[in-house]
Amino acid sequence: MSDTITLHVARYRPEVETEPTFQEYQTPCRKDWVVLDALNYIKDKVDGTLSYRWSCRMGICGSCGMTVNGEPKLTCATFLTDYAPGPVRVEPLRNFPIVRDLVIEMSDFMRKLVQVKPWIIRADEKPLSEGEYLQTPEELDEYKQFSMCINCMLCYAACPVYGLEPHFIGPAAIALAQRYNLDSRDQGARERMDLLSDHTGIWGCTFVGECTKACPKSVDPAAAIQRYKLKAALSWFKSFLLPRGAS
Amino acid sequence: MITSSHDVVLVGGGAAGLRAAIAIAQSDPRLSIAVVSKVYPMRSHTVSAEGGAAAVVRPDDSFDEHAYDTISGGDWLCDQDAVEAFVHEAPEEMLRLEHWGCPWSREPDGHIAVRPFGGMKKMRTWFAADKTGFHLLHTLFQTSLKYTRVVRYDECFVTKLLVEEGRAQGVVAIELMSGQVRAITAKAVLLCTGGCGRVFPFTTNANIKNGDGMALAYRAGAPLKDMEFVQYHPTGLPFTGILITEAARAEGGWLLNKDGYRYLQDYNLGTPQPHPVLRSMELGPRDRLSQAFVKEMEKGRTIEGPYGPVVHLDIRHLGEKVIKTKLPFVRELCLKYQNIDPITEMIPVRPVVHYMMGGVHTDINGATPLPGLYAAGEAACVSINGANRLGSNSLSECLVFGARAGRAAAAFAANQPEALSAVLAQAADEQRRLERELLHKTDGRERIAVLREEMQQIMEGSAGIYRSGATLTEAARKLRQLQERFRNIALHDHSRTFNTELIAALELSYMLDVAETIVQSALRREESRGAHQRTDFPARDDQRYLAHSLAYRNADGSCRIEYLPVTITRWPPGERVYGK
Repeated sequence: MSDTITLHVARYRPEVETEPTFQEYQTPCRKDWVVLDALNYIKDKVDGTLSYRWSCRMGICGSCGMTVNGEPKLTCATFLTDYAPGPVRVEPLRNFPIVRDLVIEMSDFMRKLVQVKPWIIRADEKPLSEGEYLQTPEELDEYKQFSMCINCMLCYAACPVYGLEPHFIGPAAIALAQRYNLDSRDQGARERMDLLSDHTGIWGCTFVGECTKACPKSVDPAAAIQRYKLKAALSWFKSFLLPRGAS
Repeated sequence: MITSSHDVVLVGGGAAGLRAAIAIAQSDPRLSIAVVSKVYPMRSHTVSAEGGAAAVVRPDDSFDEHAYDTISGGDWLCDQDAVEAFVHEAPEEMLRLEHWGCPWSREPDGHIAVRPFGGMKKMRTWFAADKTGFHLLHTLFQTSLKYTRVVRYDECFVTKLLVEEGRAQGVVAIELMSGQVRAITAKAVLLCTGGCGRVFPFTTNANIKNGDGMALAYRAGAPLKDMEFVQYHPTGLPFTGILITEAARAEGGWLLNKDGYRYLQDYNLGTPQPHPVLRSMELGPRDRLSQAFVKEMEKGRTIEGPYGPVVHLDIRHLGEKVIKTKLPFVRELCLKYQNIDPITEMIPVRPVVHYMMGGVHTDINGATPLPGLYAAGEAACVSINGANRLGSNSLSECLVFGARAGRAAAAFAANQPEALSAVLAQAADEQRRLERELLHKTDGRERIAVLREEMQQIMEGSAGIYRSGATLTEAARKLRQLQERFRNIALHDHSRTFNTELIAALELSYMLDVAETIVQSALRREESRGAHQRTDFPARDDQRYLAHSLAYRNADGSCRIEYLPVTITRWPPGERVYGK
């Protein structure tokens, strides 16, 4: 295996360039280096002007998602040697406006996050003095998977619907809504339903399943969306039979 | 320059900052709250905490026992009034998180589950599998979205605290996306920026942990307390420094030297038993375990790996089921980053810089000596951690003291006039400084990464697990030189849009200040206590040093150390006993 590898890195500085270009860099290709290590090598030793986000380098903060050889990846969890002998193409995540170089604009997601009301909603709050809400391990398992989302945006980058219809609430936000809906402590499913049963909500999804394939944390947003569709359909049907009893 | 005004400005959106934001919103809904973070809050480093959060919950446990474990674990440098407040309020904070939806791990009957943890005599560590910090942070962040009085300034990097007439009145920040400078004024400022592990070369800390808040406070005249106490966590993965949580040992993992021997038995930490024993062996405190590693290395009993000496953390005997349910993240990290499966293989580990016991000096309500300035979480030093923090106390600390500092800042802000217009002139000066000294600078020759690496090597070589007067003196001299060289920093990026080179330069300047306070505090403390071990002063000296160090910045930029007595309430200094 060669000791160096070539990276083709997307560059875009809005004050200088009118559209993204590619810049070529040579970096060492070490066995335990991830793509992010190569970017840090470039930043520290070769070209300080390259901009990208990163923080924890352990796959939990969700900052360093980029497109690597065409696929959305966490660059801290993607080994360089998987792409040897190279070259490796590194681009910003797709489906988002580009701020600069490898940095995408994600305020659209931040707005959608609030819309799904990702907090516990209850008719009555139990006082702290009465202790915890009991929740068995089985009840925890009901929503646990959907609570593992790190908001890394890989699913949005992979989602063909979001690419065409930016109003689509999208996989991570729907999975998060489902995370609360399925939590035995929550009573807010109906409040969230109005938003999610809209055409920009679950019905926008054509069930391509790319989100689940891209997810680095096995959250399976596609399953969240499918479960929700079933529930929404059932609820819609029930609302004819029992106008006040649907939930 | 864009100006805006709030009642309270929080710097940092991790556990302490978000807990504070919610506390303020709940205590006085009229107050306007700004959360200024250099990352989106859910990226904050709280996310990386793994093992759990301590709070008394079982009937066989008591507040006094949690307090005693914390105080003895901290080698009697903790302020005992603060520890007492902490242990009393921690359970309520944990429950509050439960009510907000935190997915705490459960007993079969639905009650909260707790696990053992290092240095704790009873099981009191609440956990959400081994992603406790991640779940805690996301729960807090998502819950904070309910409060419309909380205004977020995401990806805004604070460059200066605005102080006028002896009172903190806001901050200056660069908005990364646009490069615009913002003056955010307020009646109170609360720093929740976390630690500064990145001043060292090998750390569990994220790239964003540069001591920003510590340096901001220090430059504004507030002292940094107990900065010499740097925690090495005994089990980091070599090369990456990724943390393998103490929970791996709490569930029954063993530390083995090259002969497969549980070497901790040679260091006054107890005798090996097949099952974990609280406050014993692998469940001893972090300072003692990291020191034992160095001694093993000196005896030639560690294993030579590609990135230096390691020992083995063996969890194979726990079996696949326990590993997959209780330690899934440990397995994920080992598989993804070390290419080993801990179900069948031993994990190579070595001590790694993890946590700062020291920080901005505050009282029990998070108030610093500078009126209007508050601090909480790892950025602060109350102090409940003393000379060595116990694992799982820090997440609880973020909640208890985040809430306390939030309430105190809210109460202060409610009685203050609007920020003075003079602070805007200060902010304009700061904008000119940023442009002149950094953004438009074209003549610099020193590379950021080179200076940073030199600083990190100086710190590792002088302020590591064992220190000496000679190496610290030399380190202090070299750090001064780095400060000089920093004036000649090279910046190639003159773009305003998301200029991460500019941010890296500012972070480096913060770290250089913080590094100096660590070295100066360590140099002056001529004793060994907790995580501060001096080879030239190997014993604890309660006569001279039962006291907190306070590092002040002099007008000429040099560092001055003063001392403050430790508050002792009910636990007079004693011997730290483990394994008995």
